[in-house]
Amino acid sequence: MSKPREKVMTIDEVVAQLSDGMTIGIGGWGPRRKPMALVRAILRSDLKDLTIVSWGGADVGLLARAGKIRKLVYAFVSLDSIPLEPNFQRARQNGTIPEVVELDEGMFATGLYAAAQRLPFLPMRAGLGSDVLVNNPQILTVTSPYADADGAYESLTAVPALRLDVALVHLNRADPHGDATYLGPDPYFDDLFVQAAQRAFVSCEQIVDTAGLTIDTPVQRLLISRMMVDGVVETPNGAHFTMCTPDYERDETFQKAYVTAASGSDEEWAAFEARFLSGDEAAYQAAVAAFNQEQA
Amino acid sequence: MSEFTRAEVCAAAIADAFKDDGEIFASPMGMLPMLGVRLAKLTSNPDLVISDGESLFLGGTPPLFAKADVVEGWIPFRRVFDVVAYGKRHVMMGATQVDRHGNQNISAIGDFARPTRQMLGSRGAPGNTVNNRTSYWVPKHGTRVFVEQVDVVSGVGPARAKAAGPGASRYHDIHRIVSNLGVFDLRGPGDTVRLLSVHPGVSVADVEAATGFELNASDDVPVTREPTETELMIIRNVLDPKNLRDREVPS
Repeated sequence: MSKPREKVMTIDEVVAQLSDGMTIGIGGWGPRRKPMALVRAILRSDLKDLTIVSWGGADVGLLARAGKIRKLVYAFVSLDSIPLEPNFQRARQNGTIPEVVELDEGMFATGLYAAAQRLPFLPMRAGLGSDVLVNNPQILTVTSPYADADGAYESLTAVPALRLDVALVHLNRADPHGDATYLGPDPYFDDLFVQAAQRAFVSCEQIVDTAGLTIDTPVQRLLISRMMVDGVVETPNGAHFTMCTPDYERDETFQKAYVTAASGSDEEWAAFEARFLSGDEAAYQAAVAAFNQEQA
Repeated sequence: MSEFTRAEVCAAAIADAFKDDGEIFASPMGMLPMLGVRLAKLTSNPDLVISDGESLFLGGTPPLFAKADVVEGWIPFRRVFDVVAYGKRHVMMGATQVDRHGNQNISAIGDFARPTRQMLGSRGAPGNTVNNRTSYWVPKHGTRVFVEQVDVVSGVGPARAKAAGPGASRYHDIHRIVSNLGVFDLRGPGDTVRLLSVHPGVSVADVEAATGFELNASDDVPVTREPTETELMIIRNVLDPKNLRDREVPS
């Protein structure tokens, strides 16, 4: 019997598919269910001049601190329990991200919808009257061809499609073909990221067989279909230190340590990098385990 | 200070901002707005729809930051944006800066190209203000918050919404600004900030001194109403028994 193709790969094989100057969408939301193992692999790589499209959390902060970002598309960058992301703040205040596109959140989502639907833009009200349209003169308005009840023709923001070269997302479970479920409170926009992208890679807590995806989980949690996916990689604890409910919650202690290091001197940041980010993913996880033991 | 605190006055003033909203999604950003909205739900407006701030509509009215409660709906982020566009929502956001014309900034201080202080980003403020009722909460009223002109317009004030045309102004509705000193709306001349009431123990001169622009105030500004005995009982015994409110607004 024929089966669909398998797409299981390693973290390094995913990163080998990326190249300088690419537009990369990163799924999740702020400090929630981020594909951090893949982000860490990008940090270790020679990749540069990336355009990053993200509901920003420490993914953006880390990539900005490492000088990987040429252009950033975002609506916010936040760690939630610690509202401001220190590496992102520092990069913006030092002018080290050459180009930024700050959008309204609804515009960001709409831009992903437009790209996922292969449309050049979608209209919406968000942005009108705000400095989003002043600071991004490339974003234009469009006049409705239909008159409203008063005979007026409304002008609306023409939110341009956020087309991605590659999407990276992290889900709780996936099968070897790329079907994937989220088990936490919110799908975020991961299905839109993968549909907005030319190629998409799913990291997950656990790879199971296809039947296993729905054996104890409602089918409505199957967010991503294999037809949208080019590669699957199992990265246990791979969203750390963001939350990946119900597998684990956000590592608040580690997040605090990250923020302290990022807000501190260059030496403090170098020490954090040396301890946690100088080796591969296994080394990272071992360093985190040791850190958590110290804190306990 | 008498038998109620400034934080409790603020909670009741925030609750009043939601009392006439009917059956809509009340979206408070931050602790005092959450307290005020839940107070409204338990007193003046039981029809309010509230969430856990994560992804669930709550059937009951639990204490601040409590998780367990009857669930009455699912509101992941994508559906929040749907409700914004649908319009049955009243959000109370924070404001790093708010200006005479009711524009709000949560994005950055200084020149946007290279800010002196980068903050959150514009988040949902541009979309909120042109789609659904929006209010602001300022826990520390001062001249660095209430400025002549915001550095970045995240939330759109009425004058700018009108200038952007009916697409922006049709559903634009900035309802209240509540601070630790008083309550405001944008019904001053030319849609500017107007002082509606000063909290007990605060003078109009206090508010003027803490405001970085010329404030529209009548000759006879009333005092914000005191919280009722019922409200105080609910705030102290039900919603905020740990008195988190005093950390945000010290007495």
